[in-house]
Amino acid sequence: MSALLDIKGLDVSFPTRRGTTYAVRDVSLTLKPGEILGLVGESGAGKSTVGNAIVNLLEPPGEITAGEIMFQGMNLRDQDAEAMRNIRGQKIGMIFQDPQTSLNPLMTIGAQLVETIMKTTQVFGSAAINKAIDLLNSVGIDQAEARLKSYPHQFSGGMRQRVVIALALAGDPDLVIADEPTTALDVSIQAQILELIKSLCRERKMGVIIVTHDIGVIANIADRVSVMYNGAMVETGDVRQILTDPQHEYTKSLIAAVPRGDMKVHRFTSVDYIEGGAQTHRRIDLDRHWLGEKLGQQPSPTAISVDALNKTFVLKKAFLKRNRVYLQAVNNVSLSIKTGESFGLVGESGSGKSTVARLIAGLYNVDGGSIKLFDQEVANKRTGKDVIDARRNLQMIFQDPYSSLNARIRVQDIVAEPIRFYKTASSESEVKQIVRDLLDHVGLGSAAMLKYPHEFSGGQRQRISIARALASRPKILICDEPTSALDVSVQAHILNLLKDLQDELGLTMLFISHDLPVIRQMCDRVAVMRHGEICEIASTETLFNAPQHPYSKHLLELMPSMEDFGKTG
Amino acid sequence: MSSPDIQKSRWQRFTDNDIVYSFVTTPSAMVAALIAFIAIAAAFAAPLIAPYDPFDPAQISLWDGKMPPAWVEGGSPAYVLGTDNQGRDMLSTILYGGRISIVVGITAVFLGMLLGVTLGVISGYFGGMVDTVIMRMADVQLTIPGILVAILINGIGRAALPLELREDFAIYVVIVAIGLTDWPQFARVARGATLVEAEKEYVQSARVIGLPGWIIMIRHILPNTMRPILVIATIGLALAIIAEATLSFLGQGIPPTTPSLGTLIRVGNEYLFSGLWWITFFPAISLVILVFAVNLLGDWMRDALNPKLR
Repeated sequence: MSALLDIKGLDVSFPTRRGTTYAVRDVSLTLKPGEILGLVGESGAGKSTVGNAIVNLLEPPGEITAGEIMFQGMNLRDQDAEAMRNIRGQKIGMIFQDPQTSLNPLMTIGAQLVETIMKTTQVFGSAAINKAIDLLNSVGIDQAEARLKSYPHQFSGGMRQRVVIALALAGDPDLVIADEPTTALDVSIQAQILELIKSLCRERKMGVIIVTHDIGVIANIADRVSVMYNGAMVETGDVRQILTDPQHEYTKSLIAAVPRGDMKVHRFTSVDYIEGGAQTHRRIDLDRHWLGEKLGQQPSPTAISVDALNKTFVLKKAFLKRNRVYLQAVNNVSLSIKTGESFGLVGESGSGKSTVARLIAGLYNVDGGSIKLFDQEVANKRTGKDVIDARRNLQMIFQDPYSSLNARIRVQDIVAEPIRFYKTASSESEVKQIVRDLLDHVGLGSAAMLKYPHEFSGGQRQRISIARALASRPKILICDEPTSALDVSVQAHILNLLKDLQDELGLTMLFISHDLPVIRQMCDRVAVMRHGEICEIASTETLFNAPQHPYSKHLLELMPSMEDFGKTG
Repeated sequence: MSSPDIQKSRWQRFTDNDIVYSFVTTPSAMVAALIAFIAIAAAFAAPLIAPYDPFDPAQISLWDGKMPPAWVEGGSPAYVLGTDNQGRDMLSTILYGGRISIVVGITAVFLGMLLGVTLGVISGYFGGMVDTVIMRMADVQLTIPGILVAILINGIGRAALPLELREDFAIYVVIVAIGLTDWPQFARVARGATLVEAEKEYVQSARVIGLPGWIIMIRHILPNTMRPILVIATIGLALAIIAEATLSFLGQGIPPTTPSLGTLIRVGNEYLFSGLWWITFFPAISLVILVFAVNLLGDWMRDALNPKLR
């Protein structure tokens, strides 16, 4: 069969005043009808740019500077803007990452579908409406006829993504480009959407390009994979071959870095290809260092004890109480974490796991229940020496490394802030020395001290956050999705660092994540949360081998299963 | 990491800055900055460069009053832009008057900024009742045209002062009047920026460390809200200069003994129909150029600091 899409030697460059940056360099790929091609790579690899270049939707000033894009025998680079507009929609459909923003909130689903159908297929009137109903049925939306009158906000995230897929299919395209179609969705919905794309592709003989950073997604859906690194294509091949027997060093390390869900390993495999070899950095001798000093209090066997915790958010304010709309974010949650333990809190988005962390950290006030840190009640308390001392034992690492550091303060002052505030060092030169040691210890090196946060990558910023947390000499560390904004290769480094710190300092860790394999590697015990309630608390091994609660079983079934390839394939 | 390990010199880092780059590639910003710079420098250097001292009675001669500009028939090269009704040299009075206008504008904006930003950040950080009270005050003030508020405050200020001090303190009263009129704009912008910043994780991390609210506000939130505030401060400067001119034109502002641009326009206005156009024309055109240049700078700054708006 002849190729549906044939890209040869594609270069995309972004001219800036500091010289031209090549986002894509000499990329070639082919796609047959009815085939799913996965385009995988880490952030900045240029994978989305390839997708956008095909449909000529590059963000200015980006432009295609070389190569040809042959689609059904015509070169898309020769088409003018008007012709491209017709090709998009009629011949090529697009599915974007965020279903929240890719639908018009002011138009009903039906109006948006019918508009697209009329434009792309020249079908009008009741025929167009019937076609819209068919499309909604085919993407698995029940009561399609009634749902035509709904607005996007009346749909859940997964349903909305189905509507986006229906829109992409409206013109009966021959090629669909899906740019991270499931990244904004929960795992359970991700599986459904991928299954849907797969079956539609088979039924309609479409070619599909899936752009993603998630190797689990690729393993589930793609026939062939192209791996991109730094704008170039490093390896292309059959999905099974790539996943089980990668040839290129980068692909090898990328696949090795994906945390395993099937067994516990001692350390994460670090991706040396990317950060250029194992970094040797000076670590500090904790027995003699400031950081290792044992502080006053006798350690209590229970670090965090939470009893009957409740938190309600007001979603809609109103003068009258009965008109207000509430969300019970945390409902009667009780848990206790032993000193030195690593405790995982897992759940899908909206399950209340982050809210629990923030309640424990004192960022929100509780509506009911008690929170004890080392037997000191701290719920809704800010003052009093005992409360402040108890709170100082706790530090938090946040999810987004780009917003968790103040961009206007130098790294050394960010890290030194708790030391200076609590005057835990005797002189300014000692403060500087401690900061230097901390930065070395988290693997960043003291050259970072005088720089500002924007000069660092996401992983490096997360290391700065960790150094800042250590500067309070905490006994408890709450990690709220510490690696979900990072690439897998960087994730491995950060998780290894957190593990090491926990071992060395005897930290108690509350680890929050939606990523089951990560939880499995990091935690001793796990609590599964759903709708603000705890479904199950069990030791990690028990939970992963013999889950009790139906929801835990459900979550575990959906865990990305790259390992299956070895067995089933 | 974007920066190579080679340490760049301070100057190279300055020219590498995106805002500086935007400045040198935007001709209108460069011209505006040049005009504003010349105007401000000339005004402040008035005692050095002005041909006469309009406040020195020894240098004023009524005989030379109402002389047209030098290039008009009857004009004298001694008075390039002519003289006013009292025989003061127009060029010198404009230079001295511009100085007063600029000083009043800058200090009034600074006062409004200080007040507005303080209240805005507090309002945004604490929320709830504090927020409601402060922002409703701002809303109420915004329902009344700014110039009326300024006239009101100005009037109260003058009435409160003993008669013999009014002339000397008039300029301070005007500054306070304009500053108190300005603050709601600053408060709104500062509050909005604070709401955005307070949600960010670096602020939450500071709270987990246990820092008190005032340190978080000053060290963490305030520096991150300064960009939009600088933009409205620049545009606010132009508005404050106009407000001062309006007050003075209405006879509520700076007294004619130490005239500002607005006072000069008012005085000149009385002679406009007698054909003495230059007494009002030159101060007016100076005011227009100054305000225009400052406004252009403000527009450029808004574009440069908010790339998304373009």
